[in-house]
Amino acid sequence: MSPEPVVSLRQVSKEFGQGGVVALQDIDLELAPGEFVSLIGPSGCGKSTLLRIIGDLIEPTRGDVVVNGKPAHQARLDRDYGIVFQDAVLFDWRTVAKNISLPLEMMGWNRGKRAERVREMLDLVELTGFGDHHPWQLSGGMQQRVAIARALAFHPPLLLMDEPFGALDEMTRERLNLELLRIWEASGSTVVFVTHSIAEAVFLSTRVVVMSPRPGRIAGIVDIDLPQPRGIETREQPRFAELVRDVRRRLRAGGGFEQEGDTLEEELIVAEEGL
Amino acid sequence: MLPLPRDTLARRVGRRLADWAPALGVFVLGIAAWELGVRGLGVQRFLLPPLSEILRTTWEQRDTLWSAGWFTFQEALGGYVIGCGAAVVAALALARWRPLGRALMPYAIAANAVPIIAFAPITNNWFGVLNMESKMAIAAVICFFPVLVNTLRGLTSVRPASIELMRSYAAGELEIFRRVRIPTSLPFLFSGLKVATVLAMIGAIVGDYFGGSQSSLGIQIRRSAGIFNFQTAWAAILVASVIGILFYASVALAERVTMRYFPSARGRVD
Repeated sequence: MSPEPVVSLRQVSKEFGQGGVVALQDIDLELAPGEFVSLIGPSGCGKSTLLRIIGDLIEPTRGDVVVNGKPAHQARLDRDYGIVFQDAVLFDWRTVAKNISLPLEMMGWNRGKRAERVREMLDLVELTGFGDHHPWQLSGGMQQRVAIARALAFHPPLLLMDEPFGALDEMTRERLNLELLRIWEASGSTVVFVTHSIAEAVFLSTRVVVMSPRPGRIAGIVDIDLPQPRGIETREQPRFAELVRDVRRRLRAGGGFEQEGDTLEEELIVAEEGL
Repeated sequence: MLPLPRDTLARRVGRRLADWAPALGVFVLGIAAWELGVRGLGVQRFLLPPLSEILRTTWEQRDTLWSAGWFTFQEALGGYVIGCGAAVVAALALARWRPLGRALMPYAIAANAVPIIAFAPITNNWFGVLNMESKMAIAAVICFFPVLVNTLRGLTSVRPASIELMRSYAAGELEIFRRVRIPTSLPFLFSGLKVATVLAMIGAIVGDYFGGSQSSLGIQIRRSAGIFNFQTAWAAILVASVIGILFYASVALAERVTMRYFPSARGRVD
């Protein structure tokens, strides 16, 4: 018997406004426990909308969303997932430690238990000793690590990430990619990861869901059979390049982009310069 | 990675002194220019007395002036507390029930542009010329609109992702207010509260001009000027200025204490 999926989407569609701009159409997807699934696609393919539908932050127009064996709404009320946005969304008036303990406070944990968990999380994201700092004293990469620590503080079975490293420079991004994999292995959470970067999606994921725009659909799913645990050398393997090529082909077939290049952002820049 | 080093006290004090030196210089030069200019150019006393004489008059009439100042400050403070309190409550209500806010905001913004001080004779008529209440009323109305507009802007300027984050923790509207909206609004609230100190003093003093108790600062200024006793008028203005500055400074201090953990209050440690 296969384990019960952590996320199960059936015929999920989303239309915005009365005119009915179709953001997502008939999405079917299941995530097994412990999977790392990336959603990739060009702007307007609805990948961030899909993430928010899983998190019950947006309601689908049609279809069923089951998270942890219950309706998405109940799963949100039960705090079954943690979420990380492109912006760290840390509260400036709280220290790093208090930002991480925010969800724990809201869940009614006592002070001692909170402090212990915060220390554990700071160690996990390698920010030991930074608990008393305020977010604005940290670099962008450090802030995003705090956001990850906060999202995982209450050990949710599911982690939703909406382009979490999109605003960071390339070097920080690669380092955080490695750290995220380590955290993922340590926590055992299932991850849904929205990204613009093909290389990032292939490097991190067990499966890459390629989406196409207008209306947002799943154009294909690529199983990433790169060996675990992954490291810096993973990106140099021939198989890595093959998989990147495969994802790119599917993006192109889905109308994602027309030209060659490594990331969609580059494609968009090329397109804009052409105008 | 090591925790960032904290600034030493000595370095902070040194930098603070260096920051203040130019302003202090201008202050000293300004006073010297006034004193020497008035004396050197032989300016008539009733046009502009030298500062030293204003200070002497202030000292000689300190009992009357300070009790008048205290009286007017009570008028201003009473109006300030009522006006700002009502504005904060109104802002919370308008932020909580957005359709209400959308219906009323245009009027609040329009009212903010009305020279409310012009109503002082009317409030004097409503609440009694000799009463403190009539001055409190005008001060309260003057304070109300800028604090309302600022606070409401603060309460509604929360980033959408913050709200999504709170909803992901199953937070209700009340908890979002308590943990996100209200803290986010504090810088806006305080900028409104600081402006309101000045407005409250103006409201109280100008309210006095249109008729008030003999023991008020406004009446002291008007009466002295009326009998060409400009020295006393200047002394009363000096007292009003000192009270106004202290009022503003105490709110600014409260702001600093409350917001010491906001990035705008302190520089980023690099």
